[in-house]
Amino acid sequence: MKIQVTVNGIAYEKDVAEHRTLLHFLRDDLGLTGTKEGCGAGECGACTVYFNGKTVNSCMVLAVEANGGTIETIEGEAQDGVLSRLQDAFDRHHAVQCGFCTAGMIMSARELIHHTPHPTVKEIQDGLEGNFCRCTGYEQIIEAILDATGGYREKEELVYVREQ
Amino acid sequence: MNIIGKPLNRVDAYDKVTGKAKYTPDLVSPHALHAKVLHSTIANGWVKEFDLSEAWKVEGVVDIVTCFDVPDIQFPTAGHPWSTEPKHQDIADRKLLNARVRCYADDIAAVVAETEIAAEVAVRKIKVTYEEYTPILSIEDAMKEGATVIHEEKPNNVVVHSSYEIGSFEEAIKEKGLIKVVGDYETPIVTHCHIEPANSFAYMEDGKIVVVSSTQIPHIVRRVCSQALGVGFGTIRIVKPYIGGGFGNKQDALTEPLNAYLTTRVGGRPVRLAYTREETFACTRTRHAMKFHIESYIRPDGSFAARSIEAYSNQGAYASHAHALVANSVNGFRMMYPVGAIKGEAYTVYTNMPTAGAMRAYGIPQIGFALEAHVDDIVAKTGFDSIKIRKQNMMKLGFVDPVTTITCHSTGLEECIDKGEKYLSYTKKRKEYEKQDGPIRRGVGMAIFCYKTGVYPISLETSAVRMLLNQDGSLQVQMGATEIGQGADTVFAMMAAETVGLTMDKIHMVSKQDTDVTPYDTGAYASRQSYVSGLALKKTAETFKKKLLEFAGFMLKCDPWDLDIKENYIVHTNKDERLLSVAEVALESCYSMTNSQHISAEETHHCTDNTYSFGVCFVEVEVDIPMCQVKVLDIINVHDSGTILNHQTARGQVHGGMSMGLGYGLYERHLFDPKTGRMYNDNLLDYKLMTALDTPDLHADFVETYDPTGPYGNKSLGEPPTIPVAPAIRNAVLNATGVAINAIPLHPQRLFGAFTDAGLIK
Repeated sequence: MKIQVTVNGIAYEKDVAEHRTLLHFLRDDLGLTGTKEGCGAGECGACTVYFNGKTVNSCMVLAVEANGGTIETIEGEAQDGVLSRLQDAFDRHHAVQCGFCTAGMIMSARELIHHTPHPTVKEIQDGLEGNFCRCTGYEQIIEAILDATGGYREKEELVYVREQ
Repeated sequence: MNIIGKPLNRVDAYDKVTGKAKYTPDLVSPHALHAKVLHSTIANGWVKEFDLSEAWKVEGVVDIVTCFDVPDIQFPTAGHPWSTEPKHQDIADRKLLNARVRCYADDIAAVVAETEIAAEVAVRKIKVTYEEYTPILSIEDAMKEGATVIHEEKPNNVVVHSSYEIGSFEEAIKEKGLIKVVGDYETPIVTHCHIEPANSFAYMEDGKIVVVSSTQIPHIVRRVCSQALGVGFGTIRIVKPYIGGGFGNKQDALTEPLNAYLTTRVGGRPVRLAYTREETFACTRTRHAMKFHIESYIRPDGSFAARSIEAYSNQGAYASHAHALVANSVNGFRMMYPVGAIKGEAYTVYTNMPTAGAMRAYGIPQIGFALEAHVDDIVAKTGFDSIKIRKQNMMKLGFVDPVTTITCHSTGLEECIDKGEKYLSYTKKRKEYEKQDGPIRRGVGMAIFCYKTGVYPISLETSAVRMLLNQDGSLQVQMGATEIGQGADTVFAMMAAETVGLTMDKIHMVSKQDTDVTPYDTGAYASRQSYVSGLALKKTAETFKKKLLEFAGFMLKCDPWDLDIKENYIVHTNKDERLLSVAEVALESCYSMTNSQHISAEETHHCTDNTYSFGVCFVEVEVDIPMCQVKVLDIINVHDSGTILNHQTARGQVHGGMSMGLGYGLYERHLFDPKTGRMYNDNLLDYKLMTALDTPDLHADFVETYDPTGPYGNKSLGEPPTIPVAPAIRNAVLNATGVAINAIPLHPQRLFGAFTDAGLIK
């Protein structure tokens, strides 16, 4: 079936099989491999992308469902090679280890900031609930998001202050 | 040191936050064939026959391979350095596909097809006839007289039985006035949960089999593939791009040997073998479940007179890392408190459970739980102070382990304990919390650990590094040591910049390993790389710098001994006057019409030492007795890992390890159908991996010592943070409720049983 989608501001018209997921469409048909597959079952959040202004697990959406839609992926996050506030904070806070969950984390964080520009730690935890990370224990990811949203206070041990 | 110790950004972060970093699945050719493995639906028995007729009818099927077709070669999979001595070699106990089924979801056949769906459909259409035996899931059943033999080479199902004795245990316990404390402890099967599933793809080129794989150990996987296929080492090439976590699971040959074989079956066309999340859970490796029986005899002054341990490790279907794990456990039992007479005995036993292998901290989280729980049991029985008794008996500076000869070259453990105690006000709170009643109670707990750095002298410790000068004065660093998320490339770049005298932007880490190009190193495990590979890197950097200065001396017509390199410039030794830039030297060295040479260095370091890192976890919990819930209120890990190379990467390692330890202590375990041995929770919904919401604020702190054997005073850090968390939580629950629970995780069902037995729930 033929679909039309806009991905990171570029319009595409492509033939896709009905069973093709949005994840595989992005990765295999458009070569946007920054979005990762961790489970293919909507459990891990690694494949999170922006779809019509909301995050989705792209493994749980069929490409044909995206017809006419607007999609943003990690490849569209930096503008002209300049990192977004979130990406820059992830870099500085070592919110990245193996990096396999990172694209999904940044997408989820972006949605969170969109509706809650100055999130508390609890709000960040809620916002990242659907994204697993095995490397970081989430600590430095939370720090990075706090920093990107102006809520981070550097202390002696780089430990941020959590509200009681 | 100018660069070491600074909290610099990761060298791979830009690629990872922009989605540019390429992992194995990102590199697969769009024309690759897809392979799927048929896993057995019994746990114990034989494949008698296949009916492939329906499977062959599926459109797009290119090849079907069964356990009756593969080479009749048994091979080992463990990511250990190979030993040239046969008795030290890993156990070769599996074939690429196996007719003798030894666990549920064993690999018995594979389909290669044009599409993933065709391969999957065809696999489901294969009909199998089995001869089925009752699955043996427990160590007790496997060791029973007359139990079904799982591997004919081990007729009693015991893979290895080992023992040691330091001093005479029988003599030591005759001493008058000793207090005896006995305990039995048990740890569960858990898994690694790296977010990138196990996967690889393979093709043939230049007469070689190329396997691109998500592995921690490319050079070892090359050896294993060559053994599995019965071909020369040189005909296998392993390429390792970025990998989405490993935690020890990918310190084993997983999909690679079969993948290598499958491409040979289809004329060298690229074949992708990607495990699903479910297969990654059920068909790769797990953390060994272990059982421990500990007896301690304590003098009235608190010193340990004699201790003994009996350990049983459930190996599952295949040997993998086998006895190395539980041997590490019983050695750790001895090393942590190396006083009095000590004896240890360990069994590794085959069962029809999934194969257990390496996982972060390699047997030490298991013994760490048992031993540190036991110390608090001693405290509960004797009334000794929980910190004082540990300090009195624990390893001290200069200790030489009588079995392995590993020496304590540096220790900040006492300071770590003091720092953690102060942070949590442990002693004060512990007293306060001793006498509580009511349904919701608080408690504090702590646990300590020691951990080796690398595998010497048990196995070979060798590493090679190559440095090449680029024409612009920047440096290429090629290493066999692998970045797996832990930050290895970042600290290696820092080491290179530090020792050569360049700035960080001049260092290009070649992150991808290719066994045809990359110098030899056994890879990422045993928290060894910043120590062993770091020593190799330092040695190479020194050689490289010498060569660079020799050429600069030629250009400046002066003695190279009078020259040094500082921040990308050649300077007079002890003077900061810049004479020449490294870029100018690099350009001239390459294009000089009279003396052109490519300035490079390659060195191997064969490490013949080892050292211990240390640490402690302090935790405060709230226990809701009627709801059978444990909530972590505050937690800190304090580590002595020698010099901290980069505080930000170090904190990351500690947080990640603590998170894994919290899961181990509170939530994670695999459940199995007792009739079939099938794993019930082989997905991320039913396996209780912690989310951001489940994770308390994690505090990491360090006591920096300088280890004289480490390249920059550093020692192991990657694995250790996971060790002390579970026992600290268990001890905090004991402090809160008076109930000693000797198995983890502390899930509500277990707490309900324990609280009911103790009369807290009526």
